[in-house]
Amino acid sequence: MKIAVCIKRVPVMDRRFTIAPGGTTIDEVGLAYDVNDFDLWAVEAALRLKEQVGTGEVVVLSLGPDVVQEQIRKALSMGADRGIHLQAASVGADDLPVARALADALRDGGYDGIFLGRLAVDRANGVTGPVIAELLGLPCVTAVSKLEIANGRGRAQRELEGAQEIVEFPLPAVITVDQGLNTERLPTLKGIMGAKKKPLEVRPVTLDAPRVTVRRLALPPERIGGRIIGEGVGAVPELVRLLHDEAKVL
Amino acid sequence: MDDGLYFSDQHRAVRDTVRAFARDEVAPVASDLDVRAEFPWPTVKRMAELGLLGVPWPESMGGAGLDLVSYLIVIHELAKVDASHAITVSAHTTLGTSPIVHFGTAAQCARYVPLLAAGKVLGGFGLTESGAGSDAAGTQTRAVRKNGHYVLNGGKVFITHGGVGEVFVVTAVTDPGVGTRGISAFILTKETVDLDQARELGIGHAESLVPLAGFTSGKKEDKLGWRASDTRALTFTDVEVPVENRLGEEGAGFTNFMRTLDSGRIGIAALSLGIAEGAFEAALAYAGVRRQFGQRIAHFQGVQFPLADMATEIEAGQHLVFHAAWLAQRGKPFGKQAAMAKLFCSELAMRTTIMAVQLHGGYGYTRDFPVERMMRDAKICEIGEGTSEIQRVVIARHLLRELAD
Repeated sequence: MKIAVCIKRVPVMDRRFTIAPGGTTIDEVGLAYDVNDFDLWAVEAALRLKEQVGTGEVVVLSLGPDVVQEQIRKALSMGADRGIHLQAASVGADDLPVARALADALRDGGYDGIFLGRLAVDRANGVTGPVIAELLGLPCVTAVSKLEIANGRGRAQRELEGAQEIVEFPLPAVITVDQGLNTERLPTLKGIMGAKKKPLEVRPVTLDAPRVTVRRLALPPERIGGRIIGEGVGAVPELVRLLHDEAKVL
Repeated sequence: MDDGLYFSDQHRAVRDTVRAFARDEVAPVASDLDVRAEFPWPTVKRMAELGLLGVPWPESMGGAGLDLVSYLIVIHELAKVDASHAITVSAHTTLGTSPIVHFGTAAQCARYVPLLAAGKVLGGFGLTESGAGSDAAGTQTRAVRKNGHYVLNGGKVFITHGGVGEVFVVTAVTDPGVGTRGISAFILTKETVDLDQARELGIGHAESLVPLAGFTSGKKEDKLGWRASDTRALTFTDVEVPVENRLGEEGAGFTNFMRTLDSGRIGIAALSLGIAEGAFEAALAYAGVRRQFGQRIAHFQGVQFPLADMATEIEAGQHLVFHAAWLAQRGKPFGKQAAMAKLFCSELAMRTTIMAVQLHGGYGYTRDFPVERMMRDAKICEIGEGTSEIQRVVIARHLLRELAD
């Protein structure tokens, strides 16, 4: 079982974001970075599959500047076998060139499965997986919350609004992982030590010109605190008056 | 502090693992363990799985093969959340295992270190006696050589892992009348007191170790802090210890454990610093949400000033700890800096936790917030592994030696 997992370096989300001068990017000062959560679950799914089968290889790919090697190392420290860094100085807002570069790197890899997170928590486009599948002509199953693979076929559960869908598909296939499939393992200290010795291949790539560009980035408006008008029935007339005169929703 | 001064990417990776473990698995149970003074076998097992119980030992001995800074990061991050877990790692590694790694024969290392490094059994260190603590020359435990073994009689007090542990390095007098030069060290083994639990969890007990008859642990101390850590007296009654269990040369026990304590001090400094940072972070967060007089209390200068002081002192403490580690890692003399780090950070932990409780007001005095536990946990840092007074003596000795040079 040979599985590729595509991971993305994203800012840790518990920080307060500010917009950088220029108005089209976030200010990176003071931000911490980690592997996108959904991608960690994809790594975990691949590792479990390999452990279950007993043999195989888990290859981790990430595209971006040299700093993404930190995230590849994390996946290696969790247990992935080797990494491929698709080196590009900067990555724009258009996912098609990204998917194309990844697809090119994956095409002749002989992978039984290509795993990704359902979306990246920074941009949340959620299209890289499906576009890779399209470019490679592979079946694509998105937002998988349960996964079984045996005898060259896969069976997956997808979470829909108020329902679950069970699908079957042949391998190789592209699978994007949703929350709930698993909880990722912590890298052990031995894993961290071992990750340094695992192969990490650097392949410079040239991305196609982006056709989507960010024009403007804006923070959501500050939340204004609520107001307590009073309690019980007595407060209703005042509430109605404010909703009518001030909020103008009645 | 820009952590790039002392940390590599690998150090940050270690920190991320320990931070996530402490946040997700230790923080939810810390208060309850403290209330019940319960040794946390399930989380100790997780620490063993993650490799936290053999951080600095070579991979050939079953350790993680990481450096001293990595080890201190583990202690530091655990202590931010729970000092008991941090001292469990510290006592096991620095006190219980390091003397064997540093002074043991190849056979002793092969026999004990893999078990300890994997966390299969817990280790401890027996130096302190009712009449001998800072004054090691007052050691009363006797070891008499007889028919191919030593017979040990006496006892130790306040021994971390005294009950739960199975492998102990203890000191005893082999040559009375020559003071500290008559002290030797021995490796002693016994069964853990939690044998059933150990068997069930598959941790804390090794069938391959032979329990020595007459070697027992006493009742668990009911402590002010570090309550989830196991502290007991050890008693030796005609314990026949094979000669092959002597650690180092006869009479070398004192010099060897002084070296053990030197590096142990950086560990306690890192632990103290962790407590201070944990309390500071809690106080800062609380000051940001607690409202009085129509605004967040963080807006009052009376609250801002102590927060600023705490942050400043913590930053100073970080440099003391990681600079001492930097020296030790490069084989430079670090005894003075280790004592300075331990002195400063343990007193810092006390000051910071007291102020953190104060900033929490009445809530800080309750178990609903972690700062009262941190305050209780901080006090022992000024006492254990050399009191603040002893640290000052050590530092002054270094100063006078430098003056004489």
